[in-house]
Amino acid sequence: MPKLTINGKEVEVPAGTNLIEAARAVGVEVPHYCYHPGLSIAGQCRLCMVDIEKTPRPTIGCNTVATEGMVVNTETDRVRETRKSIMEFHLINHPLDCPVCDQAGECWLQIYYMKHGLYDPRMKDEKVHKPKAVPLGPHVMLDAERCILCSRCVRYCDEITHTGELGIFQRGDHSEIGLFPGHELDNKYSANVVDICPVGALTDRDFRFQVRVWYLDTAKSVCPGCARGCNIDVHVNRRRPHHAEGRRVARLKPRFNAEVNKWWLCDAGRYGFGFVDAPDRLVVPSQREGGTSTDATWEQGIAAVAGALRRLPPAQIGVIASPKMANEDLFALRRLLELRGVTQVASQVPPRTQGDEDDFLIRADKNPNSLGAELLGFGAGARTVIEAAGQRRLKFLWVFGHDLLAGALPERDVLEALRVVDTVVFTGSNANWTSAHSHWVLPAAAWTEREGTYTNFEGRVQRFRSAIEPLGQALPEWDIIGRVMTLLGESLQATRAEHLFRQLVEAVPAFAGLSYQLLGDTGRTLATAGASGHRGAGPSGAAS
Amino acid sequence: MAEIVLMRNFSNPDSHTLAAYRAGGGYAAWDKARQMEPAAITEEVKKANLRGLGGAGFPTGTKWSFIPKNHTGPVYLVVNADEGEPGTFKDRYLLERDPHALIEGMLIAARAVRCTKSFVYIRGEYIQPWRRFSAAVKEAYDAGLLGQGLDIVIHRGAGAYICGEETGLLSSLEGKKGWPKIKPPFPAIKGAFGQPTIVNNVETLCCVPPIVARGAEWFAGLGTKTQGGTRMYSVSGRVKKPAVYEASVSITLRQLIEMAGGVSGTGRLKAVVPGGGSAAILTADEIDVTMDVDGLKNAGTMIGSAGVMVMDESVSIPEALMVLARFYAHESCGQCTPCRESTGWIYKMVHRIVDGHGHKDDLDTILDVAKRGAGTTICAFYDGAVGPYISYIEKFRAEFEALIPHA
Repeated sequence: MPKLTINGKEVEVPAGTNLIEAARAVGVEVPHYCYHPGLSIAGQCRLCMVDIEKTPRPTIGCNTVATEGMVVNTETDRVRETRKSIMEFHLINHPLDCPVCDQAGECWLQIYYMKHGLYDPRMKDEKVHKPKAVPLGPHVMLDAERCILCSRCVRYCDEITHTGELGIFQRGDHSEIGLFPGHELDNKYSANVVDICPVGALTDRDFRFQVRVWYLDTAKSVCPGCARGCNIDVHVNRRRPHHAEGRRVARLKPRFNAEVNKWWLCDAGRYGFGFVDAPDRLVVPSQREGGTSTDATWEQGIAAVAGALRRLPPAQIGVIASPKMANEDLFALRRLLELRGVTQVASQVPPRTQGDEDDFLIRADKNPNSLGAELLGFGAGARTVIEAAGQRRLKFLWVFGHDLLAGALPERDVLEALRVVDTVVFTGSNANWTSAHSHWVLPAAAWTEREGTYTNFEGRVQRFRSAIEPLGQALPEWDIIGRVMTLLGESLQATRAEHLFRQLVEAVPAFAGLSYQLLGDTGRTLATAGASGHRGAGPSGAAS
Repeated sequence: MAEIVLMRNFSNPDSHTLAAYRAGGGYAAWDKARQMEPAAITEEVKKANLRGLGGAGFPTGTKWSFIPKNHTGPVYLVVNADEGEPGTFKDRYLLERDPHALIEGMLIAARAVRCTKSFVYIRGEYIQPWRRFSAAVKEAYDAGLLGQGLDIVIHRGAGAYICGEETGLLSSLEGKKGWPKIKPPFPAIKGAFGQPTIVNNVETLCCVPPIVARGAEWFAGLGTKTQGGTRMYSVSGRVKKPAVYEASVSITLRQLIEMAGGVSGTGRLKAVVPGGGSAAILTADEIDVTMDVDGLKNAGTMIGSAGVMVMDESVSIPEALMVLARFYAHESCGQCTPCRESTGWIYKMVHRIVDGHGHKDDLDTILDVAKRGAGTTICAFYDGAVGPYISYIEKFRAEFEALIPHA
């Protein structure tokens, strides 16, 4: 552990730490473009110059390892002058098209020009022209004129996805990023290059021209797309509802979590948020009688559910919860079912085809909370519940989110079950065949519209936060369940998800000791998760 | 007149054959060296004051001694035959007329650094040198000189100047884009294919057999205190007899021009580039300098690859700089920002000046941009461009200003 001095502050860093990271450790930012902690060192942008005592000229920080007794200064006059020069070099051929560039507002050319540039422009000659608006693949658009050739995207495709689609072609100031012949940037993690591109060269085809980034609000969340639980930021547009055809969720961005996804997110997860603002969202409770569906009030819907639960013997009640529900929802549901002694419960509807999986981030289980559901007693498959319904043993069936016909359950059994059960209740965020064949539909808030936690396949419990208000009259599942319990004479004693998490921690030993505060932004792994056999390999592909 | 060492066999029309080389005493040095301890060979080369003749002038024996002693994997010797420095054409003659001298130098050097596989990276445009060298390698294999402890792989370049830069060459050799590698690690620690590697110029290695055969003291005595031997000067431009001349490193530039028959054209000397395109220019008053590494360094320029380009009074310095600036803009690999961006920018400015559309602050902008970029890049390419940018303008400013309206 070498000890060095940076800007007069002493700091001890692990052996092998470079000067950018060592400076970060004392709160000093060394500006840089090509350096990325998840990628190999390129040393190309030349911006991260620092002064090292007894060294004749400024040295790049990214490729300099901290050594014992090193004295580093990041703010000498010559370092400042060098940075200014490097910024000028970066910008002489840049089109300066910020007003029409999607990156404006989160562009490191803008940020660093203001912080470290501020020179008087001297470039009078015509700039080098390069290809613009070139689709590299389904998700990524290239503007080669804006590119500063930091090579992050190239190294990413070489070192992280090992797909090698991108290269730098031509020489000198005609150099440009491009695809190798016959290739397309269509790997399963392609859009990460947009995040690591420090400028507006690589933009997101889904997001571009939808909304200016300064109108976006951000909430820390977790991707619900599979059992990995990649940490994300949800960017929402509340300030310009007339943009992007009213879609509120503008984009998802990976959020660094060293233990889960590092800096990365798969494309399926990144673009999996469309359902939140989709036209098929369920926004009001409704009742279906004799083939026609009519809007209802929450009071009516809750009364119908509570009435059935009060009236029917537990053996005639079935519940198919969902591994897409949060731990808090499942715990509320567990309390309700315990109150009534209901035992016909399940959560898993097996998929029709095996989900895609790889040795990087993507998990075959496309549910964010299968392990949580199992730990809370909902691990069973839905087949037995459906069979019980089909055999006319159930009078009431409550389905959460699933489209029962979309999975591998036998179609005949599902059709029969929904035909013979007196009262089928559907609670979910979006309409599907099951909701269309239910007697009651009680709309649920999407994951971006509420708080909660998921337990990933490794037993890591992670929080997701509310980014926007629930659409229409939708409510979080736990809230719907709480209202039912109130009518049954029992209080959930929870006005927000965190209250339920506290109860869960007390009641379920696997979660003992956890709290929202402890989970923080990056989550905690259950102490027993390792022993339960659910721990799998970490995101090995992200190792660098 | 100094002794002829490197070009000793050139006058024999069959000099490229093994038989002729042997007849002239060839491979005797190798026979001697194979009886020597590797460290003793390196020591001999150090004592001979041999300095790299490709451009940087680094002491060769010292470079060899950087190979880690405890390394157990392969060590590579890579020969830089990608001669591309503007005004330099000496290595092609060695490859064409004395290829066995290089092979013998490689055998000795390989023994010194414990290398069993060697690569020769030959400039793509060098067809005849490549043919001659390939034929010599085949002869050496057939004669059992190669394949018994040293193998040689010949690799042809594809025309990029940057692939003559030590680590750009290694990247290219590895099948990658010819981008210079970031240092550290240096090639002697982690070079070709991640292994310790020595990169030597053709002419440098051709000096090694005579050193071993005739002794370090003899070789050192041919030059100055800090640099031994003779070297080959590519003399071109406005001289009466443009050619490659071998002379001691202690010869003066004035003597060299006289050797080449004196100034042609107007007969009045205006300027000389002493060490290839990347060397700072010297005025007619500055040619009483010795042509060793340190002599030219003290004169504010460099010997580089010893490509001497002579300009008489009729040569336009701004036009000369424009041609050179176009070369650097065209050949910058584009990896580092300062070089990638400013070589193109500076060319545009110089071109505009020559075109009669210069702005009055262009010259100061060029000087400032060049100075700001110097020393900020991965390799020496940009510093090589800066030498001419600054020296041409500072030494011949009036000539540039005359082209700028309202200057």
